[in-house]
Amino acid sequence: MTAALALLCILLAGMSLMAGPVWLPPAEVLRGLAGGESTAGIIVTDIRLPRTLLALGIGATLGLAGAALQGLVRNPLAEPTLFGAPSAAAFASAVVLAFGGASALSLWLPVAGMAGAFVSVALLFLVAGQRAGITVLLLAGLALNAFFGAATALVLNLAPNPFAALEIAFWLLGSLEDRSFVHLALAGPFMALGALLLVSQAKAYRALTLGEEVAASLGTHVARSRLVVAGGLALGVGAAVSVTGAIGFVGLVAPHLVRRAAGADPARILLPSALAGAALLTAADTLVRLVPATTEIKTGVVTALVGVPFFLWRILRIRRAEEGA
Amino acid sequence: MSGLVLERVSVSLGGRPVLQDVTLAVEPRALLAVVGPNGAGKTSLLRAVAGLAPFTGTMRLGGETLGGGTSPARARRIAYLPQRSELAWALSVRDAVMLGRLPHGDPFSGATPQDVRAVAAALDRLGLAGFAARPVTELSGGERARVMLARVLATEASLLLADEPTAALDPAHQLAVLGLLRQVAAEGRIVVAVLHDLALAARFADQVAVLHDGRLAAIGPPDAALSDGVLGAVFGLAFAHATVDGRRVPIPLGPR
Repeated sequence: MTAALALLCILLAGMSLMAGPVWLPPAEVLRGLAGGESTAGIIVTDIRLPRTLLALGIGATLGLAGAALQGLVRNPLAEPTLFGAPSAAAFASAVVLAFGGASALSLWLPVAGMAGAFVSVALLFLVAGQRAGITVLLLAGLALNAFFGAATALVLNLAPNPFAALEIAFWLLGSLEDRSFVHLALAGPFMALGALLLVSQAKAYRALTLGEEVAASLGTHVARSRLVVAGGLALGVGAAVSVTGAIGFVGLVAPHLVRRAAGADPARILLPSALAGAALLTAADTLVRLVPATTEIKTGVVTALVGVPFFLWRILRIRRAEEGA
Repeated sequence: MSGLVLERVSVSLGGRPVLQDVTLAVEPRALLAVVGPNGAGKTSLLRAVAGLAPFTGTMRLGGETLGGGTSPARARRIAYLPQRSELAWALSVRDAVMLGRLPHGDPFSGATPQDVRAVAAALDRLGLAGFAARPVTELSGGERARVMLARVLATEASLLLADEPTAALDPAHQLAVLGLLRQVAAEGRIVVAVLHDLALAARFADQVAVLHDGRLAAIGPPDAALSDGVLGAVFGLAFAHATVDGRRVPIPLGPR
């Protein structure tokens, strides 16, 4: 299962290197990767490779974050936006876009985004308290999420000129277009650190299967686990969102895609879910380059468009199982 | 002494005292039944011993003082079965029982021979070996309760705390579970079980603690602790009696 998903990721990454306005056959991609000074080489190494690596990394981060959060809150409907970090990152980036005079590819965006994500996590624990139960934490996250969503709308509202507003609006849709190795270098370490934090709590997700009180009686430090996961989420998802804008549904859908095959163990789905997320986002990002349009369709739009029908299908299956039982 | 000793243990919930000055001692190989009306503090007593509720007073297990809070070290010595067991994911019966080994390490990423042995023994003991691979969500309520009991046994703790282990079980399974707890105690462990059924407490317990309004109303062998005077004062009921296996078993009749 994990091996098959890894293979799928490699195949999709290959597709992603080939696809675009200029279609490159595999041989030219390989020659480009090997370091040719040809046009094809520049397209592959400077344009498509960073984009592909970012798609893999960000997709994996979102898939992992979704699986980790579902484990933490013991609910299959949890997704990375729950604690408000992604919307805070989006808000901070929008502020930079609107008033900082920066373009959508500026490096100040990821920096501001990650700062926003951290502020939101700090606020979360300030509001909910460190020892809060999961309900209080989720309610506080919901409130912060709504607040930062509204604040982003306010930024759009107050944008100094229509071009800035349009740029923010497009940026918010989520895209990997023209992202470079500098973006990867900036967001990569934070995503890696975030992933480490999320994975480090694998045992806690298992213990939490039995509820918070029994998890504690099994020796799990539940409050600390929550803090670590929230921190990992701010690092990983904050970095991801601030490079790409909002990419919806990957974090929610990826764990569901693999749960049937990987089993119910909330820790065993972490890696498959990360791989599924990577595959999903890379596929979506390749797809947007294949659709003929004057402006490129935003990746975030495609993930949501694919995500919703999947979710409906999932609901139908749950319904059928309930009616059959 | 080597057993569980509580001295003047008190617990407050939200500033309200729910358990006051409880002093008791249980020897290894004993099954202590904790009985009392709803709200008497039975669950609070178990939670305090498990490290889940802050308490004042002193607690010792096997001569060592137990502080507040939970830790893997405490979890290896004390296994806690709550009144209502939750299972968020559709784990297999074997995996659910394996969760009981978490205080010893992470058996899911690398089970030690001891983990494998303990899980197999617990499954076997509760007659679950036949459906170890089935998802717990597909089991009946009674079977689920047995899975959760197997989970606590798999920890191989020296003290087992069970909050109403017979709730939701039919009479045959109630007898089977208490027989099992009896047996577990006889192997050298301590079992503390909250029971609502006084007849079961009288028949299976070595000692009975009667709680009333957060205080210990009586403690001792079943015949003494469940005397007419104590039961009448605590439950406000009149009781008839039957004799089973030489033990005097109270049967509630109605208001005194």
